[in-house]
Amino acid sequence: MQITVNAQTHEISTETLDAALAELGFTSPAIATALNGQFVPASAREATVLTAGDRLEVLAPMQGG
Amino acid sequence: MRIYDTDISVPMFLGTAQYPSPAILQQAIRASGCEVVTVSLRRETSDGTGAGFWDMLRETGARILPNTAGCHSVQEAVTTAHMARELFATDWIKLEVIGHADTLQPDVFALVEAARILTADGFKVFPYTTDDLIVGEKLLEAGCQVLMPWGAPIGSGQGLRTPDALRAMRAHFPGVPLIVDAGIGRPSDAAQAMELGMDAILLNTAVAKAGDPAGMARAMALAIEAGRMGFAADPIDRRDMAVPSTPVLGLAELL
Repeated sequence: MQITVNAQTHEISTETLDAALAELGFTSPAIATALNGQFVPASAREATVLTAGDRLEVLAPMQGG
Repeated sequence: MRIYDTDISVPMFLGTAQYPSPAILQQAIRASGCEVVTVSLRRETSDGTGAGFWDMLRETGARILPNTAGCHSVQEAVTTAHMARELFATDWIKLEVIGHADTLQPDVFALVEAARILTADGFKVFPYTTDDLIVGEKLLEAGCQVLMPWGAPIGSGQGLRTPDALRAMRAHFPGVPLIVDAGIGRPSDAAQAMELGMDAILLNTAVAKAGDPAGMARAMALAIEAGRMGFAADPIDRRDMAVPSTPVLGLAELL
């Protein structure tokens, strides 16, 4: 199915959030996720099932003021 | 200074953006002696640059204050705060809800609403706000225990646009930690803010974009300390006319 990851369209073959992150190459432990604008804790990724058209944001620590 | 049950001895918070290199950022943090640095959250890149930055920052030993920079709505700010709490393992959040893209002025109505939601959820909110007293009251009612009024628009380096309003905040909120966030350009601006009785200064661009960031970080730290000591030492009032400092009594007649 197609989902949007950080504003880019991706075709994924996995169904849960944690599997999709692995498939998409997000291997860093220093990431946080939000699905369709809602925060998804790391502990809930395995149980979070994706559906086509979902908007996933994968954020990481960055410089800030 | 005590904020949310945490003692902070160095009244300077330093932003981590816009430095020429990570090494210079580290030098600036060390030169300032500051204990708190601000960070942000942005989209992870495929090369995992976020993790490297995070590792480098942890090496400094500084306490992390994540921000919600760039958020323009309550939902964006609240979601970002939750992501930051998990990622940085802190319940501190510098809450920014921007109302205007050009001035980066806070949307104080959304700010108060977001602050209420986040404090109810256990966050320790550091709200980036204006110098408006009523907004400050609403933020305190929402559960904030610190206020961060702007000195001037973010990154402008204009110094304090409305020092009288900051003085009024000091008088109106005597026991509340006040941190000037944004607008500081030079050490004298930082000293002025501290002389008004502010408790700390948060700055980034003025240090990061200086020709010598580490040198400027040190200069800011000294100015902040001088301003703090000056306020504590109770400065004299201004006078319109000269008043001789040398005694007039006993002056010789030599004509």
